[in-house]
Amino acid sequence: MPIDILMPALSPTMEKGNLTKWVKKEGDTVKSGDILAEIETDKATMEVEAVDEGVLGKILVAEGTQDVAVNTPIAVILGEGEDASAVSAPAAKPAESAAPAPSPTADAAPAPQAAVPSAVANPPTVSIQPDPEVPAGTEMVTMTVREALRDAMAEEMRRDGDVFVMGEEVAEYQGAYKITQGLLQEFGAKRVVDTPITEHGFAGMGVGAAMAGLKPIVEFMTFNFAMQAIDHLINSAAKTLYMSGGQIQCSIVFRGPNGAAARVGAQHSQDYAAWYSHIPGLKVVAPYTAADAKGLLKAAIRDPNPVIFLENEILYGHTFEVPKLDDYVLPIGKARIARSGKDVTLVSWSIGMTYALKAAEELAKQGIEAEVIDLRTIRPMDVPTIIESVKKTGRCVTVEEGWPQSGVGSEIVAQLMEKAFDYLDAPVLRVTGKDVPMPYAANLEKLALPSVAEVIEAVRAVTYR
Amino acid sequence: MAARKSTARTEAAPAGVPTFTKEQELLAYREMLLIRRFEEKAGQMYGMGLIGGFCHLYIGQEAVVIGMQMAMKQGDQVITGYRDHGHMLATGMESRGVMAELTGRRGGYSKGKGGSMHMFSIEKQFFGGHGIVGGQVSLGTGLGFANHYRDNGAVSVTYFGDGAANQGQVYESFNMAELWKLPVVYVIENNKYAMGTSVNRASAQTDFSKRGSSFNIPGEQVDGMDVRAVKAAGERALAFAREGKGPYILEMLTYRYRGHSMSDPAKYRSKEEVQKMRTEHDPIEQVRARLLEGGVTEDDLKKIDAEIREIVNDAADFATHDPEPDPSELYTDIVR
Repeated sequence: MPIDILMPALSPTMEKGNLTKWVKKEGDTVKSGDILAEIETDKATMEVEAVDEGVLGKILVAEGTQDVAVNTPIAVILGEGEDASAVSAPAAKPAESAAPAPSPTADAAPAPQAAVPSAVANPPTVSIQPDPEVPAGTEMVTMTVREALRDAMAEEMRRDGDVFVMGEEVAEYQGAYKITQGLLQEFGAKRVVDTPITEHGFAGMGVGAAMAGLKPIVEFMTFNFAMQAIDHLINSAAKTLYMSGGQIQCSIVFRGPNGAAARVGAQHSQDYAAWYSHIPGLKVVAPYTAADAKGLLKAAIRDPNPVIFLENEILYGHTFEVPKLDDYVLPIGKARIARSGKDVTLVSWSIGMTYALKAAEELAKQGIEAEVIDLRTIRPMDVPTIIESVKKTGRCVTVEEGWPQSGVGSEIVAQLMEKAFDYLDAPVLRVTGKDVPMPYAANLEKLALPSVAEVIEAVRAVTYR
Repeated sequence: MAARKSTARTEAAPAGVPTFTKEQELLAYREMLLIRRFEEKAGQMYGMGLIGGFCHLYIGQEAVVIGMQMAMKQGDQVITGYRDHGHMLATGMESRGVMAELTGRRGGYSKGKGGSMHMFSIEKQFFGGHGIVGGQVSLGTGLGFANHYRDNGAVSVTYFGDGAANQGQVYESFNMAELWKLPVVYVIENNKYAMGTSVNRASAQTDFSKRGSSFNIPGEQVDGMDVRAVKAAGERALAFAREGKGPYILEMLTYRYRGHSMSDPAKYRSKEEVQKMRTEHDPIEQVRARLLEGGVTEDDLKKIDAEIREIVNDAADFATHDPEPDPSELYTDIVR
C-alpha cells in the first residue's frame, strides 16, 4: 500500500508553507528517521523526517514550491514490491501515517459549515478604508504584521540608543514568532537581550532600567506568561509616576502575542485586553492591520508611559498595505473607521476585526450597512469616535475574543449608556468569547470563540430584522 | 533624651575592620542619630494621628545604610523596600520632604501621593520605596542593567530584608545579574524577623550570604550594628561590582527595635531580647562610646544632639503645617 507523505504543520497556527528542498530523490530507499525534505514557514525552517520505511516512489510537490497547504500530499513512499506506476494519482484521502506532523492542526477537524465563513483561517478580503493619517498619494507596500512590528522596532532602535529589546528567544533564536528577526544582527547582543525563562524577574528588571531612563521593549513570548510578571506591570510600571509625584517616569513597552492562537488549550489562550484596560497609568494598544501595528508600536516606544502592546499570533502572518513613509507614527488613543455605514456600529479591535469586517460584508449583501470601528487603542479609549458613529446609526454591537464579564465590550456598553443613551434605538449587544476556559477540541474551540454568524445575528437583533 | 546607659564595647575594630578617623566617627554618629531621632519623631506623630497607614520604623538598623552610604560614590543608586525612611535620609534627602510625605502633604517628596513606602529622588538617585516584598530586587537589578548598558561606572545598591530573600524573583534577579555581570550590590538586611516570623521559622538556609552561591555570587556576613564593618564590607562589594565582576551579596546582621509597623505589638520576641540588643550592640552607642574615649567631650556630642533635634523638629513642624495636596492633584501624574 503506497503511503502518502503530507505537508506537516509546524505550529498551531500554520496553514501553509514552502517546500524548500528535497533531500531524498525519487527511487531512494528511506528508513524511519531519514530526513526527506526541508520546509519553511515565515517562522521557521524544519526538516521532514520519514516515519515509514520503503522507497521514495514519487515526489508530488516539487522543490521550491511556495504556499503548500498543510496536509497536502507531497510524496509517496512505496512498500516492498510496489512501484511508482501504482501511484496513478495522488491520494486525496488523509494517510494513516502522515509524515511527522509535529502538532495536529485545526485542518484535521471536519470542515467548518459552509454557511459561516471562517474569519480566522483566511484574512478578510474586504477592503479597509484608507487611514486619514496617511497623506493621499502615499506609496503603499504590502507586508505582514510580523514584518511591520519588526520594522517598527528596528526604526526606533536606529533612532534612539536608549531603546533595547529583551525577552525569551528574542536574539539568537530570532524570536519565538520571528518578530525580532534580524535585530540581533543589526544591533548586537547588548541591545537585543536573550533572557532566561524568568518573566517576573526580567519584567521587573525592565521596569528598573526604565526608571533609570532607558526605553526597554520587553517581549513576552505570549501574554499568558506575563501573568508571572503582572505585579511589575501594574505595581511597578503603572503606578510609579503617580507615587513619585511625577518624578519617575517609566517609558517601557511590554509586547507580545495575546489571546487565542489555535488549539493550544486554556492556559495559552487568553485575552488580556480587559485586564490591562482596567489600570490607570497604563496605555493599552491592540492593533489589527500591519500599518497600525507599525505606526502604533513606534508611538508606544516613544511614549513616556508604560504601554501594553497586545499583538495576535494569528494576525502575524496576515498581509496589509503599509504606507511607505520614513517615519510613520500614529497617535495612541485614536480609533479608526475601517468601513463606513449608516445602519449599525460594530466596534472591535485586533483579531476581533476579522469577524466584524466579514460580518459587515455579509450584512451588506442583506442590505444592512455596518460602520466598523477599529478601536486600535483600548486605553485611553476613543469613546467620542464611537459616540459619533452611534449618533448616526443608533445601534451598536461590540466584538471581542475576550470573556464577557467585565470585558472591554462591557465598558463600551457602559460608556454608551452614560453618554449616548438618547441616541440609541436598541440595546447595545456584545459578541464575545464564551464564558469558559478555552477548550482544546477543535469543534469546542470554534464554539468558544466568537463567530461571524454571531455578529450577524447580533446585528439583526439590534436592527430588528 | 539622655544618653542611654550602654555597655557597648570600645575595643579596637575586629580584625579586617579599619578604624574610623575622628571625622568619620562624627559623621557616622551624626547621620545615624538623624535617622534615630527622625524615626522616633515619626513614631510620635503616628501616635498623634498625623501619619496614617503603615509606618515601618528603621530604629536599630541605622549603621547599615550609613555605613553603605559612606562607601558609595556619587552616581550609585539606592533602592529598597518599605522600611525606607533611613535609606532616604542617608542619601541626603531632606528631612522636611520625607516627613511631609509621611503626613501626606504637598511638600512631601511625592507631593503627598506616595506615602511612607513610596518616595523617590532622581537628584539623590534614590529609586524608592517599594511596597511589594521583593519587588525592588528585580527593579534594582534593572538599575544595574542600565548602568551596565551605559557603562557609567555606577553601582545599584539594592536593599531587601530576610523576608524578601525568600521571594522567587530574588533568585531570578540573582541569576540574570550574575549571568550578565551587572553592577549590583545586594544588601540583605537580616533583622531576624519577617514581620512576626523569625528567620528560623521561615528560611531553610538562614545564612543569607550563601543565598547567591548556586549562582556563584560571592557573599559575606557583616556585623550590621558596627558602622565601620558595614563601610569596609560595602567598599569591598562596591569595588567588586564596579570592576565588572558582577553582583555581590552583603548580609547585614542587624536588628529592629520597634515592631514591624506601628500596629505591631511584637509579641513574637521577648523584651529581654530587644533590651540586650539595645544595651550591648546599639550602633549609635558604639560610636558614641568610641568618640568619648577618643577625646570628644559630652558637650561636643550634646551640641550635635541639639542640632539633630532642631532638624527633626523643623521637619515635624513643616510636615504638620504644610497644606494637603490640592484636590486637582488627584488627576495629575497618572500618565505623562
